[in-house]
Amino acid sequence: MTHIITHVAAALLTLAAANPPAAAPPKVITTTEDLASLVREVGGDKVTVDSLAKGYQDPHFVEPKPSFILKLHDADLLVAIGRELEIGWLPPLLTQSRNAKIQPGNPGYLDASAGARILELPTGQITRAMGDVHPQGNPHYWLDPDNGRTIAKAIAAALGQIAPADRAYFEQRYADFDRRLAEAQKRWAAAMAPYKGTKVVTYHRSWPNFTDRFGLDVIGYVEPKPGIPPSPAHTVDLMSEMKRQQVKVILVEPYFDLKTPEAIARDVGGRVLVLSPSVGGVKTATDYIALFDYNINLLTSTFKQVLGR
Amino acid sequence: MEFKGIVRVVALALVIGGAMTPASAGAQTAAAADQQLREAQAEVARLKQELDAIRAQYDARLTALEQRLAAIAATPVEAAPPPPPAAPSAPAAGSSKVFNPDIAVIGNFLGATGKNANSTQPTFGLNEVETSFQAIVDPYARADFFLSAGPEGLEVEEGFATFNALPGGLLLKVGKLRAQFGKVNTAHTHALPWTDRPLVTRNLVGGDEGISESGVSVSRLLNNSFMFLEATGEAYYGASAVFNSTARSKLAYVGRLRAYRDLTEGTNLDLGGSFAYGPSAAQPEVSIPEAAYSTRLIGFDATFRYRPLRRAIYRRFQARTELVWSQPRSDGAGGETAFGFYGGADYQFARRWYAGGRYDRAAHPFDAALVDNGGSLYLTYWPSEFSQVRGQYRRTNYGDGVTANEFLFQFLFSIGAHGAHVF
Repeated sequence: MTHIITHVAAALLTLAAANPPAAAPPKVITTTEDLASLVREVGGDKVTVDSLAKGYQDPHFVEPKPSFILKLHDADLLVAIGRELEIGWLPPLLTQSRNAKIQPGNPGYLDASAGARILELPTGQITRAMGDVHPQGNPHYWLDPDNGRTIAKAIAAALGQIAPADRAYFEQRYADFDRRLAEAQKRWAAAMAPYKGTKVVTYHRSWPNFTDRFGLDVIGYVEPKPGIPPSPAHTVDLMSEMKRQQVKVILVEPYFDLKTPEAIARDVGGRVLVLSPSVGGVKTATDYIALFDYNINLLTSTFKQVLGR
Repeated sequence: MEFKGIVRVVALALVIGGAMTPASAGAQTAAAADQQLREAQAEVARLKQELDAIRAQYDARLTALEQRLAAIAATPVEAAPPPPPAAPSAPAAGSSKVFNPDIAVIGNFLGATGKNANSTQPTFGLNEVETSFQAIVDPYARADFFLSAGPEGLEVEEGFATFNALPGGLLLKVGKLRAQFGKVNTAHTHALPWTDRPLVTRNLVGGDEGISESGVSVSRLLNNSFMFLEATGEAYYGASAVFNSTARSKLAYVGRLRAYRDLTEGTNLDLGGSFAYGPSAAQPEVSIPEAAYSTRLIGFDATFRYRPLRRAIYRRFQARTELVWSQPRSDGAGGETAFGFYGGADYQFARRWYAGGRYDRAAHPFDAALVDNGGSLYLTYWPSEFSQVRGQYRRTNYGDGVTANEFLFQFLFSIGAHGAHVF
């Protein structure tokens, strides 16, 4: 009897070894659509990916819904923007995810900001009187394509760690993305070159990396301080400053009310542009490269009309 | 071989030596000197040219600088530039400070006007100062402490460790906790949409303190593709206005099942059923000698939320209700079931403004015939995530015949770490 059991067990073991169950592709959850797009670029069809926030949503104010707990519960990798962008909603979700793999400090947690070029790192005393300042620097850093490359590289490394069998695949996909991004960057730089130094106003401090990379000069914000809605006094000051410096373009994220920016634009004879700070912010910004294509096309066509060159 | 080698080297040296002797150069000397002179002249000419170019460059830069100086002198003197920022006060990496927990303090200033014979609430009162300390303990757990200082002194509102790396998808909390009975009981006072707790909570679920006891809480997700389903089981050593453990064997138990589903991208429905059982803390006015009393609570809660993602910071609607049945029983006789509920809704109509209303109705435990009811209208102004001003008109008809019309107001202000919003 024991003999038979041993044989059967041996046969089963052999079978199991011969036909290992097809491993499900690693499940990646990202906090934003931009990160999800970069995971898609690098992970291809060897991973599944889903984002918690939508591209047309303010990433500072996402509701930590229980449905997100379900997504995080069986994730193999969580990619977050970091720099306290998600501080208001991600920590309780992580605690309730009941998933040790994706807790900070483990290989399943990737803070995408490590290695990226971070701007507006505050120095000196920081207080909340300055508004909702980010003590670890401006978290909208993905809007610099060079940072997008850095993030993609980090994602490729993280994926290689959780799915070592596909490491070469991820590296090859990263190399391909890197090449396409470099080509696109040449295109964007050429398109924006004539507008170097053009002065603009933005609603929130979402664009320092973008404007720095493409040579725009931000002279003011619709918000008097980060996270503080526009006040009448600040709006009047901003209008006179825009007139003085002949600034005609206001850049707004899709989740802000357009009433104040449009009133300002009417007063100064300028234009409001709803740019997309994230993939999925508008329908045509379907992936990371398309996001910049959309924003740069919109900017250059508007500059042509407004500046007449 | 060696000899041949030496001969070869000596011969080579002789040839080189011969080439360098002036005698062998002869007539070539004059031509070479001429060549050297021409080269030197060319070099001097090149240097002169370079010097001229540098001088021209410097002249141009000097002129530009002079022009800029003149322009600056011509413009009116602006305010002195701000002094350079102080040395960065970033936490010193590697020091023990980086392991300090996140600390926040929330002040809850409450005021009341109008008449209420059944209330002792003062006109002004710093009702509560809640201090929180929150941090990750180790790779297996995090800890959250909430100390509440109020008119009655300092107490631990909650203080627990959460183990989130357990096998089997379990989440374990150990410490002093607000019991997972319904919605209002789990919420800290400053997180409520009102300045007060509803009548049903005050009468049947432990008043302002609620059911907050020492014990353990285990919860698990019931995996399915249709909805979020979470089951929680808890055991407490009762020390609240509802439960009171008089012996080690007399614990209070709480069970809850929560179901949540996104209906659309911007709407969702949250349903919960709760059950609590334990030794009664309260006793009827006419008690049966030697009788042991127990209390059973059954609760049902429903919340519907609407928040359009694109306009999430401007618009939000939330409707909620909570129903509670309380059944106190004694060994000698059964108990009467007291029922209570509240229902209400809030609407955010601008980025900083919320308005809402609530209807309350609740009987008293041990005397289900005594029913209080009332209603509230409230308006909240929200300058930022860190402060809030709220006014609430409340009318209450107590079961004992007292009617109260009050205006309550609240200022909430928080400092310290950015607390995450609890859903």
